[in-house]
Amino acid sequence: MLHRAIVYGTPLLLATVGEIYAERSGVLNLGVEGMMSIGAVVAFGVSLSTGNAWLGVMAAAAAAGALSLVHGFASINLRANQVVSGLALTMLGLGISGLLGKAYVGRPPGATIKGVEIPFLSEVPFLGKILFNQDPLVYASIAIAIVGWFVLFRTRLGLNIRSCGENPGAADVSGISVYRIRHLSVFLGGLLAGLAGAYLSLVYVPSWTQGLTGGRGWIVIGLTIFAFWKPLRAIAAAYLFGLLFVLPYRLQPLGVHTSLLQTLPYIVTVIALVVLSRESIRKRMAAPGALTTPYVREEI
Amino acid sequence: MRIGSLAEIRFERRRKSLGRKGILITVSAVLIGILLAGLFFSLIGVSPVFAYKRILIGSFGSMSGWREILRKAIPLMMCGAGLAIAFRGLFWNIGAEGQIIAGAVAATWVALSLEQAPSWVLLPSMFGLGFLFGAAWCIIPALLWAKLKVNEVITTLMLNYVVISLATFLVDGPWKGSSQYGYPYTDTFVDSARIPFIQGTRIPFLTLILAPLFCVGLYLLLTRSRAGYEIKVTGYNPKAARYAGMSFTKTLFLIAVISGGLAGIAGVGEVAGVHGKLSYPEDISSGYGFTAIIVAWLARLNPLGVVVSSIFVSGLLVGGDAIRTGGVPAASIDIFMGLILLMLVSTEIFRSYEIKIGGGGAS
Repeated sequence: MLHRAIVYGTPLLLATVGEIYAERSGVLNLGVEGMMSIGAVVAFGVSLSTGNAWLGVMAAAAAAGALSLVHGFASINLRANQVVSGLALTMLGLGISGLLGKAYVGRPPGATIKGVEIPFLSEVPFLGKILFNQDPLVYASIAIAIVGWFVLFRTRLGLNIRSCGENPGAADVSGISVYRIRHLSVFLGGLLAGLAGAYLSLVYVPSWTQGLTGGRGWIVIGLTIFAFWKPLRAIAAAYLFGLLFVLPYRLQPLGVHTSLLQTLPYIVTVIALVVLSRESIRKRMAAPGALTTPYVREEI
Repeated sequence: MRIGSLAEIRFERRRKSLGRKGILITVSAVLIGILLAGLFFSLIGVSPVFAYKRILIGSFGSMSGWREILRKAIPLMMCGAGLAIAFRGLFWNIGAEGQIIAGAVAATWVALSLEQAPSWVLLPSMFGLGFLFGAAWCIIPALLWAKLKVNEVITTLMLNYVVISLATFLVDGPWKGSSQYGYPYTDTFVDSARIPFIQGTRIPFLTLILAPLFCVGLYLLLTRSRAGYEIKVTGYNPKAARYAGMSFTKTLFLIAVISGGLAGIAGVGEVAGVHGKLSYPEDISSGYGFTAIIVAWLARLNPLGVVVSSIFVSGLLVGGDAIRTGGVPAASIDIFMGLILLMLVSTEIFRSYEIKIGGGGAS
C-alpha cells in the first residue's frame, strides 16, 4: 500500500513543484488540471504510435507547456484575471484531451515505463520494496523537487523568481525582466504538469479515459499551499496525499461505502488548509506577495 | 513589448472611458472565440460551416431547440446571477456545482420523507430546505475565507467532490428506489412534490418565472441597496471597505447565502421539476455550476445581463448536443466554452487600455 502511495503521489509532486514555480513568480495557474489532462492524453497517444514511452513523456511535457504559454500570455501580457484565465484553460485542456482521447479509450497502452529494482537497496526488508523498487519517474520526480529547491533558494535565478512574486516593482527596478521570469515560471509549471499527466496515463493506471485526472490538478493547487511554496515540503505533502488516496481501497473491505471513502482526500485538503491558516503560521510562511497581481509598470 | 529594435507595441491607458461601447469588446471577444472554434473544427476534419449550421438549427433555429434552451437556461440563470454577486465581491465560488447538488439532496429528502403532505406544504419546504443546504455549502468556504483567509477556490472546489460523493452514496444506498428495478435512482417523487411542466415541454413553469425574477432582484440589490454597495466595494477595494467599517465577514456571509442559496434552488428545480427524482449527480447537473461561471463573466457580473447570457450559453449547450448527433464529439463544446471564456478574459484589458505602436528605438 505504501508502495502505491508513492506511485500516487508522484504526479502530484511533479505538478506541485511546477505550480510552486509559477506561483512564486506571481502567477496563479489554475489550469493545472487541464494541462495534466493534455499531458496524459498526448503521452498515451504518442507512446501508442511510436512504441516508446519516453517519447510520450517528452511530448506530453511539450504539449502541456504549450498550453501554459496561452495562460501566461493572457495573464502576464494581457493582464487577464488569473483565476478565470486558469479556469478557461482547464476547460480547454479537458475538452481537447477528451477529444483527442476518444480514439484511445479502452485501448491498452503502447508502452509503459517499467519499474526498476535498485540492486542491494531493494533487498532491504520492508523499506526496500517500497522505496527502491519504483519506476524511474518516481526517482526523477524527487530529483526534480530537490533541484527545484536548490534553484529556487540557492541561485540567482531563484532569487529573481521569488522577487517577481513578492514585489515585481522592486524586481523591475533592479533590472529583472518580470515578464520574462513569469513566462518562464509558468512554462515550467506547464512542463511539469504535462509530466505529471504522462505519469498518470503511462504508469499509474495505465490507460486513458475521459476524466483520468480526476481533480488531481485541483489538489495540486492545494498542495502548493500545504508545501508553503517550498519544493522540498512538496515531497512530503504529495506522498501524504498519495497515502490518503490509497487508504480507501484498504478500508473498503471493512464495509464503508466507496463513495463516502472517496471524499477523504477532499475533506482532508480542506481541513489541512484550515489548520495551516492559523495566524502564526500564515505570518511565517505566507503566499508570494504579488500572487495574482498582474505587473504593470506604472507611468510616472 | 519590443519587436526587434524597430517597433514597440505597448498598452496605453485610454484617455476617455469606453462607456457603452464596451459591449463591442464583449461581442468581438465572443466572435473571436467562435472563429477560433471554427478553426478548431476544421483542424479535426469537420467543416466549420456544417458545425455552425448544425448548432444554430439545433438550438435557436427550432421550437424543440428553444424548449431545451429555456430548460437549461433556468439553472444557468439562477447560478449565474448568484455567481455574479459572488465574483463582484471577489469570492471565487467554484463550488456552485456542489451547491446545486446540495439543494437537490435537500429537496429529495423532503420529498421522500413527507410523501403524504399536500403540495402547498411540500414545495415550499423543498425550496426552503434546498436554499438552506445550498447556502450552507457555500457558507462554510466563505467563513473559512473571511475568518482564516483560506483560499476559497480550493475549498469550494473540494466541497463539490464531497457532496457529489455523498449524493452518489445516497442514491446507491439508503435512498435507492424500491420501484426503480435496481437503477441508481430514488423513487419518483409524488405528484404533489413536483413542479408542473409548461404544456408539452419539460420546462418547470415555477422556476422559469423565478429565475429572471431573481436576476432582477439581485440587480436591484446590487444597485439600490446598502448591502449591494458593500459587496461592490469589498470587491473593488477590500482595504477601503474595511476602513469604511464594512464587516468583511458579514458581506461574505451574505454573498454565500445568495450564491449558494440560488444554486441550491436551481438544484431543487432540477429534481422537483425536470427529473422528478434524484439520480447520479452527473445527470442532475451536468456542469451547470461551472458553465454558470461563463454565464456570469459574459454578463460582466451584471445580474440583468445574466438573463441574456444564460440563454446564449444555454443555446451553445443545446447546439453542442445537436452536433453530437452529427458525429462531432461532445468535448468540442467544452473547447468552445473554454475558448469563449478565454477570449472574454483576454480582451478585458482593452476596456481601459489601447494599443499604441511606437516607431523607432527608445529615447
